[in-house]
Amino acid sequence: MSEIAADGTPLVAPPEPRRAPITMIGPVAWARENLFANWWSTAITLAMIYLIVKFAVSFVSWAFLNAVWVVPVSPQGIANTEACRALKGVGACWAVITEKHRFILFGTYPYEQHWRPLIVCLLFIGLYIVSAMRRFWRWELALVWIGVLTLIGVLMWGGILGMPYVPQERWGGLPITLILATFGLAFAFPLSILVALGRRSRLPAIKALCVLYVELIRGVPLISLLFMASVMFPLFLPEGLNIDKLLRAQIAIILFAGAYLAEVVRAGLQALPRGQYEAAEALGLSYWKKTGFIILPQALRLVIPPLVNTFIGFFKDTSLVLIIGIFDLLTAGKTAIIEPAWQGFGVEVYITLGLIYFCFCFAMSKYSSGLEAEFNRHRRR
Amino acid sequence: MSAAETLASSVRKGAPAITLAGVNKWFGALHVLRDINLDVAMGERVVVCGPSGSGKSTLIRCINRLEEHQEGQIVVDGIELSNDLRSLDAIRREVGMVFQSFNLFPHLTILENCTLAPIWVRKMPKKEAEALAMEYLERVRIPEQAAKYPGQLSGGQQQRVAIARALCMKPKIMLFDEPTSALDPEMIKEVLDTMVMLAETGMTMICVTHEMGFARTVADRVVFMDRGEIVEQGVPEELFANPRTDRLKTFLSQILRGH
Repeated sequence: MSEIAADGTPLVAPPEPRRAPITMIGPVAWARENLFANWWSTAITLAMIYLIVKFAVSFVSWAFLNAVWVVPVSPQGIANTEACRALKGVGACWAVITEKHRFILFGTYPYEQHWRPLIVCLLFIGLYIVSAMRRFWRWELALVWIGVLTLIGVLMWGGILGMPYVPQERWGGLPITLILATFGLAFAFPLSILVALGRRSRLPAIKALCVLYVELIRGVPLISLLFMASVMFPLFLPEGLNIDKLLRAQIAIILFAGAYLAEVVRAGLQALPRGQYEAAEALGLSYWKKTGFIILPQALRLVIPPLVNTFIGFFKDTSLVLIIGIFDLLTAGKTAIIEPAWQGFGVEVYITLGLIYFCFCFAMSKYSSGLEAEFNRHRRR
Repeated sequence: MSAAETLASSVRKGAPAITLAGVNKWFGALHVLRDINLDVAMGERVVVCGPSGSGKSTLIRCINRLEEHQEGQIVVDGIELSNDLRSLDAIRREVGMVFQSFNLFPHLTILENCTLAPIWVRKMPKKEAEALAMEYLERVRIPEQAAKYPGQLSGGQQQRVAIARALCMKPKIMLFDEPTSALDPEMIKEVLDTMVMLAETGMTMICVTHEMGFARTVADRVVFMDRGEIVEQGVPEELFANPRTDRLKTFLSQILRGH
């Protein structure tokens, strides 16, 4: 490097940019630093590896190697589970799933009509996928929802197009869980936004009403709300008027979820700087335009993680309807193992149910983290 | 109508743009505005200065009712400020405001920031609003940033966007609430230049600022406030050269020492 430029003026060379010091050299260095730093840490690492491997080996041999996948069933429909009982504690009896999966998924819905709730479940999943794609986020999506939900009602009840009528008491399993969760959140979310806005309203009556609603609902457990909906509420209704039990449970869930979500949304509203409200007002935007274009889009983005947290919680909380005798997925699973032949095979059934719940909840969680990243793009520089 | 024509048409010095008569305001027990009487003519450029806590920001925030006054009368462009929402909407359409902390909408692009209010308040077709926004972004010399988000811009650029956003509503009056106080020193000039350029078009402006150089260049009148009162007002040279009250003398000496 020359010290003097062509025209004779000395050059002050800018300092060479240095790379950041390297902190990690591959997995071996990482393991040495974090797992085997000293004899104490090495001992714990080895002990943990031993326990994990031991557990994994015994789980694999139980769940797969020694498992029984099918058992003979007599012409009367009684399963012969001796093979399973012989292997109890050594191998899993997946035969209970093979044999009972339709009952677990669809409950007491008439057997030969099972294709209807199957299509309903697929419709729900399709609806979730379409709604998750941002390119479909147009007002027409609301029409799609109304259309699909109507179709779901038609399929479940039947009574037209040559499909025999199935009363609501016979519905069960996964469709019930999906109905409770989907309708629950679809109504609770808009409700919660209105309540959150109402709690910040300048009108004292609206504010008091919203505070009362949130505090009242939050103050009682969901179970007691469900009991009230199923046992007490009908007592207040006039003679002859009967609101469907599922609908009553659904309303209880909507009200409960609405109160919790309202507090999450309110947190987002409060996190926005006052300047955003003022700038929108100074531009002459009316209350609803200000709320719709400026406040809510920002507030909801801020609260995506706690919002989805609450969504996931409520998806699982729908299983509480089992205490008022609604046949959701969990209740169907419990009922499937009441039969004497299958008693004692709860673990297999609960693992399967857990996997189904996990698939839905994990999908929600993954989707929300993607959404969060995309929505908060504007914060990146 | 081009933006220049709109601005030119609002140059009608003489007609009152803003009248404040006997305005009083309290924050709880704190008397923040005391008996304010102020007339601003169309096309007039007024700089409001004073020590912090003197009520100058509160004063201009009362003009578009971001703050409510409790006593007295405020008339903007012939409409009296009251609790009537329609008159408030009418006033806010005619009065643009630029904030100390920019207050751009971070989830919208620069162009969307500028077109939102024209489209939804002025009911302007989207194409027309975008053309107008680009015109103003060119005037504040950042058309190339139109597709970016506010977070990607420097403070000075954000404040110029904020000015363009307010101008897109074609206001008759512009309020500036310490527009350069949150900026790094090297960015103050670009914002002041934009404001000088705006002043040259004949816009009615009320500007709360400590930039005395700016006051000298563009202000028709300087209003000095202290403890919620208008203490002195007058032509900048006159006021700065011969302060009549001790309060203004003290203030000026503090400001000058700081520069």
